[in-house]
Amino acid sequence: MTDCTFAVRNLTKTYNGRTVLRVPELQVRCGEVFAIVGPSGAGKSTLLRLLNFLEPPSTGTIRFRETVFDAKKPMPLALRRRVTTVFQRPVLLSRSVADNVGYGLSLRGRRDAKELVQDTLEKVGLGSFASQPARTLSGGEAQRVALARAMVLELDALLLDEPTANLDPYNVGLIEDIVKGLNEEKKTTIVLVTHNVFQARRMADRVALILEGELVELADVAAFFESPREPRTAAFVRGDMVY
Amino acid sequence: MWWDTATPPSVGKEMRQSVQVERRALWTPFFCVAQTPKVWEVRFWGRSVIDEILRGLVEAIRLIATRDPDVVEIVVLSLRVTGTALLFSSLIGIPLGVVLGLTRFVGRKLVIAFLYTGMGFPPVVIGLLVYLMLSRSGPLAPLDLPWIPQLFTPTAMITAQSIISFPLVAGFTMAAVMGVDPNLRQQVRALGGNAWQTALAILFEARIGIMVSMVAGFGSIISEVGAVMLVGGNIQHSTRVLTTAIVLETRKGDFDLAMALGIILLVLSFLTNLVVLQSQGKLLDD
Repeated sequence: MTDCTFAVRNLTKTYNGRTVLRVPELQVRCGEVFAIVGPSGAGKSTLLRLLNFLEPPSTGTIRFRETVFDAKKPMPLALRRRVTTVFQRPVLLSRSVADNVGYGLSLRGRRDAKELVQDTLEKVGLGSFASQPARTLSGGEAQRVALARAMVLELDALLLDEPTANLDPYNVGLIEDIVKGLNEEKKTTIVLVTHNVFQARRMADRVALILEGELVELADVAAFFESPREPRTAAFVRGDMVY
Repeated sequence: MWWDTATPPSVGKEMRQSVQVERRALWTPFFCVAQTPKVWEVRFWGRSVIDEILRGLVEAIRLIATRDPDVVEIVVLSLRVTGTALLFSSLIGIPLGVVLGLTRFVGRKLVIAFLYTGMGFPPVVIGLLVYLMLSRSGPLAPLDLPWIPQLFTPTAMITAQSIISFPLVAGFTMAAVMGVDPNLRQQVRALGGNAWQTALAILFEARIGIMVSMVAGFGSIISEVGAVMLVGGNIQHSTRVLTTAIVLETRKGDFDLAMALGIILLVLSFLTNLVVLQSQGKLLDD
């Protein structure tokens, strides 16, 4: 099996002299759903941007498919295209829904994927929206389009940055089902950033807690929620203020 | 002022009396508001303003319908000069606006300050500078290079108009690019876009703003008169464009033709904007 895990070593990210993320060691296994929980501003999204190779780390390395990404060495485009992110607020282009879903493919030079795009739209329940302008969609529909845009790509890892933070319970359920289906069907590695511990419990195989840029605890989902080693993890899971 | 100028010799005694009456009518507001003349009562050498506009409209229709060769020549030259100038200013202004909107570098704010100054620069001063640069005693004359335009040619007019419109095109393009959702760049890169694809995506999203920048650039030069008069010289069959022809005909007292040319200029400007809007698919939207 291809080694598609992220192996993070001595990773730090500093903005204007302030270190916002410090991860000594972290591994994301192939095909798992890995949740990163923590309060707002803890450094979860920063870690996700580094895992998507959108920004270089200040120090340390991220190994992906036997290739090392660090401050000096950018990730080759072909490997960068094996990972994508669905952000909290979907950014759609002022084109049709189908054009948005096929956009990632067009960046890769594939323009003859109408059937694939339509099939993916059917999977996210938007089959009849293909020709509609993307800007006319509701928040939940737009997020499903963003998810479909990622799903059509051949990915090793899909990174989700609070993908359901602004959505109603119905759309939260829909998106969770789509993500779980993708993980089971294609064995795509999912890295889910959320501050919703219940969502992490529902979806993840393993969970990590980040507080103030530090990786506090990393454990299997059952151990994380039922017998956390760290008191701060227990407090966070209970919903107490830990920051 | 026009009412103090000598009445044209072709105008007869009755007309002169009429002018005297109208002169009094114009001064009346300073003494008695109740006797203020209405706009349709104001007369130029015996003709009302409304008359003048209507006659101009009729004349414009006649000139267009008969394809008057002089007018056709003036219109074609106007469009050729303005279109070429807009092409050059877009070729320089759009990339500069994109770079200023997308990147951060030392001195960027200084460049923007220069650009904003250029947007408000009096066109006639630009005309004067181009005139001085291109004149025989100017600094470019000793170089004697074939691509340096000569004064009183359409190329000199294109040069002046390009300089006038390029800050507008660049400034509005920069504003349009900066107005695109800042998260779009991150999203396109996350989807696997390289630097070019990311820039193209941002340009595509800013396309309406960029189109507006070109419309603004076009508007600023199609209606410009000072600079083209200076560097072009308003030479018949050579550098006479709509605006300079309007000035000339007005000075000659041929208001019908001046008004007709003005109406043609307005129609041209309107049609150009209509084409731009249509190309955006926005015309029929609300």
